[in-house]
Amino acid sequence: MIIAQQKPIQEIAEMIAEYKKVAFIGCAGCVTVCLSGGEKETEILATAMRIKRKLEGNPLETVTHTATRQCDPEYVEALEDVIKDVDAVVSLACGVGVQYLAERFDNWIVPALNTNFAGGSREHGVWEENCGMCGNCILDKTGGICPIVRCSKSILNGPCGGSQNGKCEIDKEVDCAWQLIYERMKKMGKLEKLMEIEPPKDWSTSRDGGPRKSVREDVMIG
Amino acid sequence: MRLQYSTNIRIVEMTCTGNIDHRVILGAFEEGADGVFVAGCMEGDCHFLKGNIRARKRVNAVKKLLDEIGVGGDRLEMYNLSSAQGARFAEIANEMTARIKELGPNPLKEAGISNNLKGGDVT
Repeated sequence: MIIAQQKPIQEIAEMIAEYKKVAFIGCAGCVTVCLSGGEKETEILATAMRIKRKLEGNPLETVTHTATRQCDPEYVEALEDVIKDVDAVVSLACGVGVQYLAERFDNWIVPALNTNFAGGSREHGVWEENCGMCGNCILDKTGGICPIVRCSKSILNGPCGGSQNGKCEIDKEVDCAWQLIYERMKKMGKLEKLMEIEPPKDWSTSRDGGPRKSVREDVMIG
Repeated sequence: MRLQYSTNIRIVEMTCTGNIDHRVILGAFEEGADGVFVAGCMEGDCHFLKGNIRARKRVNAVKKLLDEIGVGGDRLEMYNLSSAQGARFAEIANEMTARIKELGPNPLKEAGISNNLKGGDVT
């Protein structure tokens, strides 16, 4: 899922300082799961902003709503009635949701979150980056451990000389992905696969070629 | 026991402090409470194992938020005591009341905000 974190209160407050009536729109997708922009977080942020603005002598009227997904036109469309009378909208979605709202509505739309990475939860309250979204998965060659995002250098024929005692030279807390790959391949009895030299990666499927698009004609309607 | 404690306390019963979330506490302040203290069971005695431990983490998070928005985190505190400690409850009620009196009324009241609670309430 997409992992996001709420921006500092002060930063969000500055974005909406000039507006009197603001809608806080949460998202029931990834940001609900990573506890940064769901229904609960939306209500907390709106309440905090109302209190802050009252204390500053600049009262704020808020509307709160949590969309099923802000990255889907169907659910964005349904927000029209919710935000028609507001001066600005604070989106608690990832960057995708913020852009979908800005594209659909003429209101001033601002982000409440910083979108960090694609990852998963390691334990409650801890999320880790696990996918670099390179568009050409090689996990079959690396025992299910991604060297693109989990190796600090994204090297394909590791480990490098910075791997010490299983840790990466950038931080003693960061595992060397190639050490993990080696251990995993050894456990699976597939060490010989690591003897194959991986050629330079074709990055054309990654971000380097500009914004990407995925089309499935078989599921398109109409 | 017939213990005396400050009359400005309003008790909001919860099933467990682990059931308290940020919104409940912020809501109390928005409605005019001058201070809030969360009374959880003794650590290690939670019927749900970790409800009071989790409540403390949430209380600490809300204290930080209250500082950021100008209400002041000192107006919120978490205490641990058992239901058999009536004397301790009265002591905490008085201690918290004294602290809030020192801090003064909820600044939202000074900002001219109407609220449903009487002035000087500590919830």
